[in-house]
Formats: sequence, structure tokens, C-alpha cells
Amino acid sequence: MSQPGQDEAAHAEVRHQIALTVNGIERRAEVPARRLLSDCLRHDLGLTGTHVGCEHGVCGACTVLVDGVPMRSCLLLAVSMDGEQITTVEGLAGPDGELSPVQQGFVECHGLQCGFCTPGFLTTITAGLAENPDPTPEQARELIGGNLCRCTGYQNIVAAVLRAAEITRQQHGDRSSQS
Amino acid sequence: MKPPAFDYSRPESLDEASGLLAEYGPDAKVLAGGQSLLPLLSMRLIAPARLVDINRLAELAYIRSGPDAVRVGALARHTAVLRDSGAREHQPLLAEALAVIAHPTIRNRGTSVGSLVHADPAAELPAVLCLLGGSVTVASAAGQRTVPAGEFFTGPLESAVQPGELAIEAAFPALPARAGAAFVEVSRRHGDYAVCGVAVLVQLDADLRISAARAGYLSVSSTPLVVDLTEAIGGRPFDADLSAAAALARQSVDPEPDIHASADYRRQLAGVLTGRALATAARRAADEVARAAGVAA
Repeated sequence: MSQPGQDEAAHAEVRHQIALTVNGIERRAEVPARRLLSDCLRHDLGLTGTHVGCEHGVCGACTVLVDGVPMRSCLLLAVSMDGEQITTVEGLAGPDGELSPVQQGFVECHGLQCGFCTPGFLTTITAGLAENPDPTPEQARELIGGNLCRCTGYQNIVAAVLRAAEITRQQHGDRSSQS
Repeated sequence: MKPPAFDYSRPESLDEASGLLAEYGPDAKVLAGGQSLLPLLSMRLIAPARLVDINRLAELAYIRSGPDAVRVGALARHTAVLRDSGAREHQPLLAEALAVIAHPTIRNRGTSVGSLVHADPAAELPAVLCLLGGSVTVASAAGQRTVPAGEFFTGPLESAVQPGELAIEAAFPALPARAGAAFVEVSRRHGDYAVCGVAVLVQLDADLRISAARAGYLSVSSTPLVVDLTEAIGGRPFDADLSAAAALARQSVDPEPDIHASADYRRQLAGVLTGRALATAARRAADEVARAAGVAA
């Protein structure tokens, strides 16, 4: 596989200026039209937390949130995302590094082993719980149905989804009892 | 696994898109959701000279439902159609079929009209459109034309959309009175392409007897196959033994074998799934009759 940059030079491809808001920060890049969003994030913006597995939309490792909605970044062209709000796994933790409820759930439930698929799970589950804060085990399975993990056997990931929902509810409970 | 180089245009209006497609003709490929196009590009199975990205044509993101049809614009994502209450009310078959298209993450970006134009023989929506006798409206610099579903799918991965044209809307006819529909498919894994799938539509008469029944199949032929099952089960009560329809379904399909299933297994599935879907659709039709009678009374 050639490095990005090499073959563009050979063909003198037109490069497009794009602006993305990634994890709340406006980023600019100059990309050829064929640059996948996954490669733009990793190579142009240096955000290597988004992992690239199958590169044809099957494995889910590259899932990011576009305006809060999970999508496969390997099935999006960076140029087409100009002006969009993107959240990657790097944007999930708090500003002081505090783990998000989903990340904390994965830690507590041993929801990862090698960790390659984890960024895609974390983004997918973060959006899923925002929509359905109290999933049943069945719904938790449905939620992660489009993401492949070859280590865990999924049991601990399902447990992590349920634990993350629990942590989120506790945090909301704490906040409302303080107010 | 990187796309080949291509030129790129992102029109801001339908007129601009039509102009670009007229200018570049067969060299241009339309990018909507891209959930099928991007893998084809990345695997280098196709190499269009130019992509015309219609994702800024917000005017085509509509879903309009009425007693005649559910009309879906070219930029309506599967998820939006799936969640649309009007679409669900007027043609519930749509939501049932959409729910088994790939995974939610794919449905969040993929478009329903794009799925029709892609014309994959294993896709759900082409079979639904053909079963319902819907249509697709295509626009070009020369004007618009509406293509009936039966003429829209011309071969595997081939539709009637010509160079210079853009499919702008699909019309899924609404569920008629005293009717029920159902969608059933079997895939190797949840979210995979179906080994065989069927959408059925059953209409009852005033005595809850089947007046018409037909089925649309996916993954058993190169284009969606619609079979009229009325001759096998017409006149029977909605809750009667409908196995004659399953036998007719098995006779009517002529599937190809591939690595996922033999032809015989696909034929067997066509029969079994037809029976299941018919039973569900007939019961829904009877429920609908009861509901309508309740409203009238």
C-alpha cells in the first residue's frame, strides 16, 4: 500500500481545502478528493486513535461520530465532510483525561483485550447510549451488532455497555441531587 | 484498499447537479450515501473519472407520505425513512425492510434511493419497490421522467438511470385498504446480505378471504422477482392453510448457487419464507380490517 502523498504527486491530483471541527477544535487540511475520512484523521490530522481494519465498511473499527451520529469513516470522503462536526475516540474523555462512562465501563468489565476494535466500539456505544440510556442486554447486543471484535467474544463488551449506562445514570442522579 | 484518483464536484442545487451530469455524461458517477460506492472504489472495482457529490442537495432529503404513496427524496438516509412516522403509517413494509439493511451505522449514511439505483439483487428495497409497483423519478438537464419499478431494474447492479441522469425520488405506493404486508429474510449473520428474502402483500375481501396476494423476492434472481400467489390461495380465509403458496413460490424461483447457499437451499428458503411472511401479512390485514371497522363503529 503506498503512502498517502506519493501517488498524488505522480498524478498531480487536485487538492481540496477542507475545514472540519474535530472533537470541538477546528482543523484544516488539504486533501485529494479520494482521501478517506479515516486516512484524513490519521495521516493529515495525526489522530491515530481511529483504527482502520477492513477499509470497506465491514468491521466497524473506524467508526466516528458525524454530528453525533455514528458512521464508518472508511466509507466517507474527507472532502465530502467539509464543515462537519466529527467526534473521534480522542474526544470521548473529559478535558482532564477523566474517562467517559463508556470508557470506564470497558475498564471495569474487561471489555477489551488487544484493543484494536475498541475505538469503534466506544464511539458507537457513546452515540447509542445517548439515544437509548437504558438498554436491555438484547438492545446492547443489537447496538454493537455492526462492530467486529476477534478477542473478547463480546460478552464483556455487552456487560460494558450495560455498566456504562449504569454509570451515566448515576452521574446524572448525582448531578440532579446536587442541584 | 484506497480509491483510485478521480475529479470531484459538489453541486449546491439540483440544477447545478444536472448541469454537471450532462457535462460529464458517462464519466461521472453520483455520490450519495456512498455505503456501496466507497467499497467499490476502495476495492478498485470501478474507477469513475468524476464523482458528483449530491450530499449538499438538502432539497432532496425529504420524505413525504400520504394516502397514495411514500415519496422518498434522493438524499433521505435509510435511518430517516425508518424513523419517519408518516412513512410507517402509510407503508409499514418500508420500515420492516429497512430495519434489516446492514447495520445502523451504515443506515445512518446510506440513502434509500441510492440503494435502488445500486440495484443489488440481494438488496431489500428493490424487491419492496417492485412488489408494491412503485416507481423512480429521474432528472436530467432535459427534464424528468418516471420509471416504473418493473422497468427500473435492468440487471444485477444495473438500473435504468442513464448517463447524465440523477434519480431524485422513489415512490412506494401506500398500503391499500384491507391489506397487510410483511418482510422476512434469512442471512448467514445478522446484518449480512440475505441468502433469500421475501416481501409479501395480502389483500382481503369483506369476508376476510384473500382476494389478492403477491410476493417480491431478493437474492434468488438477477433482478427482483415478483410472483402473483393469488391463484394458489385466492378465496381462502386469512387464517387458512396457505402452504399452496409456498409450493408455488418454490416452483417460481430459479436461483443460482454461490458460496453462501446452493440453489436448492435458496429454493427451499423461498418456500418457507413465503409461508411465514404470508401468515404474518394475512393476520395484519385481518387486524387492519378489524381496526377500520372499530373506527367506523
